[in-house]
Amino acid sequence: MRPLKIAILAMGGEGGGVLADWIVQAAERQGFHAQSTSVPGVAQRTGATIYYVEIFPVVRGTVEAPILALMPTPGDVDVVIASELMEAARAVQRGLVTPDRTLLIASSHRVYALQEKMAMGDGRMDSAAFRTRCEGASRQLVLHDFSELAEKAGSVISASLFGALAAAGLQSLPRELCEEAIREGGVGVAASLKAFAAGFDAGTQGHSTASEARLNAHGQMDPRLADLAARVVRDYPAATHAMLNAGIAKTSDYQSRDYADLYLRKMDEVRRLERDRGDGTFRLTNEVARHLALWMTFEDLPRVAELKIRASRFDRVRQEIGAAPDQVVRINDYFHPRLDEIADTLPPALGRVVSQSRIARSLLGPFTRNGRVVRSSSFLGFFLLYGVSRFRSIRQYSLRYRREMSEMSDWLSHVQKASDQDYGLACEIAECQRLIKGYSDTHARGMRNFRTIMSVLAQLPASGAAAKVRQLREAALSDESGAALGELMRGISLRTSPPARSGSPSALQA
Amino acid sequence: MAERSFKHEVQKLKIAPGEEFEGEGILAVTKALLQSGVAYVGGYQGSPVSHLMDVLADASETLEELGVHFDSSASEATAAAMLGASVHYPLRGAITFKSTVGTNVASDALSNLASGGVTGGVLVILGEDYGEGSSIIQERSYAFAMKSQMWLLDPRPDHASLVRSVEKAFELSEASRTPAMLTMRVRACHSHGRFVASENRRPSFTVRDALDEPRRDIDRMALAPATFVHEHEKIADRWPAAQAFIKEHGLNEVFRGENLHIGLVVQGGLYNSLMRALELLGLADTYGATALPVYVMNVVYPVVDSEVEEFFAGKDAVLMLEEGQPEFIEQILHTTVNRMALTTRVHGKDMLPRAGEYTTLVLLKGLRRFLQKYAPSMLEQERIPEGVRKMLAPKVTPIVPSMPGVALDDGGPVLPRPPSFCTGCPERPVFTALKMVEKETGKHHISADIGCHQFAALAPFDIGATSMGYGLGAAGAAALNVADADRRSVSIMGDGGFWHNGLTSGIGNAVFNQSDNVIVLVDNGYSAATGGQDILSSRGAGPTRTASLPIAQAVRGIGVKWIRSVSRTYDLKAMKQALLEALTSKESGPKVVVAQSECMLNKQRRTKPQVRQRLKAGERVVVEKFGVDAQTCTGDHSCIRLSGCPSLTIKDNPDPLRRDPVATVESSCVACGHCGEVSHAAVLCPSFYRIQWVRNAGWFERLSNRMANAIIGSVQRRLAAREIRYAA
Repeated sequence: MRPLKIAILAMGGEGGGVLADWIVQAAERQGFHAQSTSVPGVAQRTGATIYYVEIFPVVRGTVEAPILALMPTPGDVDVVIASELMEAARAVQRGLVTPDRTLLIASSHRVYALQEKMAMGDGRMDSAAFRTRCEGASRQLVLHDFSELAEKAGSVISASLFGALAAAGLQSLPRELCEEAIREGGVGVAASLKAFAAGFDAGTQGHSTASEARLNAHGQMDPRLADLAARVVRDYPAATHAMLNAGIAKTSDYQSRDYADLYLRKMDEVRRLERDRGDGTFRLTNEVARHLALWMTFEDLPRVAELKIRASRFDRVRQEIGAAPDQVVRINDYFHPRLDEIADTLPPALGRVVSQSRIARSLLGPFTRNGRVVRSSSFLGFFLLYGVSRFRSIRQYSLRYRREMSEMSDWLSHVQKASDQDYGLACEIAECQRLIKGYSDTHARGMRNFRTIMSVLAQLPASGAAAKVRQLREAALSDESGAALGELMRGISLRTSPPARSGSPSALQA
Repeated sequence: MAERSFKHEVQKLKIAPGEEFEGEGILAVTKALLQSGVAYVGGYQGSPVSHLMDVLADASETLEELGVHFDSSASEATAAAMLGASVHYPLRGAITFKSTVGTNVASDALSNLASGGVTGGVLVILGEDYGEGSSIIQERSYAFAMKSQMWLLDPRPDHASLVRSVEKAFELSEASRTPAMLTMRVRACHSHGRFVASENRRPSFTVRDALDEPRRDIDRMALAPATFVHEHEKIADRWPAAQAFIKEHGLNEVFRGENLHIGLVVQGGLYNSLMRALELLGLADTYGATALPVYVMNVVYPVVDSEVEEFFAGKDAVLMLEEGQPEFIEQILHTTVNRMALTTRVHGKDMLPRAGEYTTLVLLKGLRRFLQKYAPSMLEQERIPEGVRKMLAPKVTPIVPSMPGVALDDGGPVLPRPPSFCTGCPERPVFTALKMVEKETGKHHISADIGCHQFAALAPFDIGATSMGYGLGAAGAAALNVADADRRSVSIMGDGGFWHNGLTSGIGNAVFNQSDNVIVLVDNGYSAATGGQDILSSRGAGPTRTASLPIAQAVRGIGVKWIRSVSRTYDLKAMKQALLEALTSKESGPKVVVAQSECMLNKQRRTKPQVRQRLKAGERVVVEKFGVDAQTCTGDHSCIRLSGCPSLTIKDNPDPLRRDPVATVESSCVACGHCGEVSHAAVLCPSFYRIQWVRNAGWFERLSNRMANAIIGSVQRRLAAREIRYAA
C-alpha cells in the first residue's frame, strides 16, 4: 500500500490552499490518513505555488501511522493539478508529470506572465507547444478551460478543478464526499458546487481542442460595400480576400465608401507588383493590405471620439461589468489630448497657427496640460465627444491627414522600389508599419524607429536585406529606449541620417 | 490583524484533553505552548510563523483565563529581550520569529540571555525560511545555537513529535538552565496533521507573581566578572546537564533496523524526506520500517557524544544527512570520532551537495552513492519508479519557480513568475512615479528595504540596488551622502521596517549625520508582507493595542524638517511632485516623503463584506471597475510597463488587421484608478475608462439616467446606421 500523491500548482489568489483543504477533508471523512502542505511565502503575491497532498487510504487507528512526505518527488506523483497552461508545462518541466503514472488535470487558459504582457509587440508564449508538452508527458491528460467554467458558475477555479479531480474516479476521493467537503467549507457553497459540477463533467470528457478563430474570407460584408467586395473577388486571388475585405470595411467605417475606394486603388498598384514579382504566396498583397488599411485609419481625435460614443461600445461596457439593461452604468473615459493633437485635426494653415503661435499656446495650454476624465455616458460628455467626432468630415483637409499621406506614399514607394529586386524585402518593409502605433510619445517613438529603418534601407547589402530589415524591426520592438536598435545598427555599421520631414516640430509628436 | 479573524483557529486551542487536534503544524506548536504552562509569549511576525502570532493575538480571552501574557513585539530583539523575565523567575517563556533574519536581529539579547542562563524554561520557536519559496538569505540557525550555546531542536515533522518536543524543550531548558530553540521548516509549519491534545496548563508561577516578589541575583547578570564565570559554567555544568537530560528522556531516536555495518544519521526535520527516499529505493516501507539503522537527531545541538558512540559501535561507516552549510554536525561527528578514537568513517557532504535544499531526490542520490560504496547489494532490489530514475542524472539544479534570478533546469519554454504587487496595491504608483521622475532627473542610487515594496526591484519597475536588512533602507544609503552632490540617493522604507528600527537606524541617523538624501516611507497601515499585522501607525488596530500614531509626527519628532505626505498614492501627479521636490529641494537635511494609502489586500478584506451587506440591504452601492477599449488600444503595452498590475493583462486583438494583443482589465480589478492615472500622467492613450455601475439606484437617479439615455440613444441609433461592421 502506497500513498496517493497529489501536487497542485496554482498562483496567488486562485484558491490552491482551499483545494488542498477540500481534498484532505474528503479523505479524512473516510477516516483515511491525509497530509497537506505548501510553501506559500512571497509566492502568494501573484507568484506560483505548489501545494502537496498525500492520502494514505487506510483507516486511521487500524494500523500504525504512515510516514508521509512534505514535498513531491519528481517522477513519483499520481495526480498533478495545474490552474493554468504554463503552470502545467512547468510541472512537466520539473519532472512532476510522468507518462508512467501521472494524471494531469490542467486548465487550458493562459494567465500571462509579466514578461509576456510587457512586450512592445506580441510577447506571448506558444500555447500549442505547452499543450504538446502536457500531452507527451502525462499518462492521462484532462485539459479544459476550468477558469471559464468557474467564472460561469460565479466561483473560483479551485472548485472546477476539484470537480475534475473527483471525475477521475480515485478510490479515496468519491464525488459525494468531495461535495460534502465543499459544503463543510461553508463559504460560497452554492457557486462552488455549481463550478464543481461543471468541472466534473469536463473531467469525464478528456480534453478539448483549442480552436482559435481568426480571419476568414466568408465574413458578413456590409451591403453598402457590395461593389467594392465584388471588385476584390474579381481582381484578387482568394488568399487575399479576407485581408482586403477587412481593409475595405475598416477604411470605409473610418471615413467613407470613397475612402475605401481609394484604399483599393492603392492596392491595385500592389496587385500589379505582385503579378510581376510575386512568388505565388501573395504575401506582399496581404501585408500591404493589412498595413495600408491600418495606416489609412490612423487614430486621431475624431476617430477616438467616434469609437467611444457608439452604442455597440456602450453595450460592451455594460456587458463587461454585468449590468442589467435598466441599471445605471456610467462610463468615464480618460483622455489627455495635447495641443499638437488638437492642431492636427485642423486644416494645415489653422493647425500651424494653433501649434506655433504663442498666444494660441498660452490660451489652450492650460486645457491640455492635464488629463481629462469625460463621462461619455452623460448628456454633456456624450455631446462633447459627438462634437469632436464630427471633425471626421474635414479629416481629409487636416494637418495630420496630409502628413500621414505623405509618409504613407514614401513607404509605398519604398515597397515598390524594393519589389523590383527583392520580393521578400518588399514584404519586410511593408511590415515595418507595425512599428507605428499608439498615441503621443508612443506614436512618436514608433514613428522615429520606422523612419530610422526606412532611412537605412539604401545602405543595406543586396543579399540578406530582408532578414536585416526583419532584425531591425524586431530590435525596435525589444525596448523603449531604442538601445537594441541602435546597437544592431552599429553592429552592421549603418548610419542614420534622419530625413528632415515637413519642417514642423509637432510632426514628431503627432 | 483587524482585517482577518482567527476565531476558528482560537477554538482549536481550547479543545478538550483527549480530543484530536487537527490543523497546521505551527498551530499545533501554539497549542503545545499552552499545554506546557507557558507564562508569557512574544515574537515578531514573518513567514512561516506569522500564524502563531496572529492566532494568539486573537486569543486574548483564552490567554487571560490561563494567565498568559502576550506581546506583539516591536522587533525580534524586543522579543528576545523579553525572555529576561525567565532569568530570575521560574517563568516559562516562549518567543517566535523567522530565522535567520530574526536570529540576526535578536542575537544581542540572545547572547546576553544565554550567558547568565535561565531559571524558567525558555523556548525560541524559529520558522526556518530555507529552500523553495524562501524570501531571505540562505543561512543556518545552527551557528546561533553554537555561538551563544543555546540548544537547538529540529524534531521530526509530525504533529505528535512536534508537540512532545515543545513540552520537552522547556524541561530541557530548565534542567540545563539554558535557552532552547526549536526550528521548523516552512513545510512543517504549514502541514496539516493531527495529535491527541492534553490539557492547557496555567503557569504555576505567573508574570504577576514575579512583579509582586522582585528578585535579583547579580551572578546571573551578563556583566563582568560574572560573564567569565558563565563561560565556564556553560561547559562544565549546563552542557553535561543537557546531554544527560536528552539521553534520559530519549529525545533523540534510534531505529535499529538490522544489525548492519553501516548507518544513517539525520536531522529530525529531514526524517520524512529520508524515509521517502529509502522507500523509493525499496529499502523501507510506508511505515518507516527499514533494515538500515537510523539515528534521528531531534536535538541537533548539543550532539550527545555518548549516543553517537553507541550508535557508531560496530559500524564501518555512517552517512550524515544534514541540510545547509557549513556542515556543523558532520564536523562535530568527525571531532567525536577522532577524540574517542572510533573507527567508523563519517560521510556527509562528500556524498551530498554542499549547498541547497535537501529534497527527497537529493537525499536519494546521496544514499545511492553511500550504498554503492558500502553495501552495493542493497541497491540490487532497487525499485525506483521510471520517472524518478530519469531525474537521477548528475545535474542538481535548485528549482525555485517563483523566484527571480534562479535559472530553471534547462530554460525551456516556461517563464518564471516572480512575485509582484497585488492588484490595486498602493505601492505600485509610488514606483511608477519614481520611474517617471527618473526620466526627468536621470537615474539615482536607490537603496531598497525588506517588505512588499522590495518587489519594485523586479520588472516592470527595476528599482532598487541593494537591500541591507529590514528597516535598513535609509541606513543602506548612509555612505552615499556628499555635501553639494548633484544627485541625491533615494532610499525606500516600509512602515513595518520603520517601526522595527528604521526610525532610529535610518531617519535619526540621517538627521544626526546631516544627510541630504531622500527617504520614501511607504505607509500602508500594516505589516503587510508578513500577513497584515497591526503596527504603531495602523489605523484600525484592535482594542488590545495602542496605534494610529502618525509616522510623519515621529519623523518630525526625531528632527526632520523637510517632510511631504501624500495621502493618496494613486494620485500620480502629487506623488511625482513630492518626489521631484525632494530630489531638487535646496533645503539641507534629509527629505522624507511619506506615501500613504491602505494596503489593498487588507482594504478588500475589510470592505468586501461591508459592500455585500449593503447590497443585501438594498442600499445604493457604486461598483467600479476599469477597462480598456480594444478598439482604440494599439497593443504597445506601455501601460503594463508602467504599472504591472496583475489585473491589467492582454488578450487577442479583435481587429483582424492587427497582430499585437490588446491590453485588457480582468474582472479582478478593484478600481484603484492607477492605470487611468498612468495613461494621463504619461500621456499614453485614450483607451482607459472607469465603469461605475450604480446598484440599487434611487428613483431620481434612475429617471434622469433614463432621460439622458433616451436622447443619447437616438443619436447612437443614427450613428449606428452609418457604422460599417465587418465580422470576419
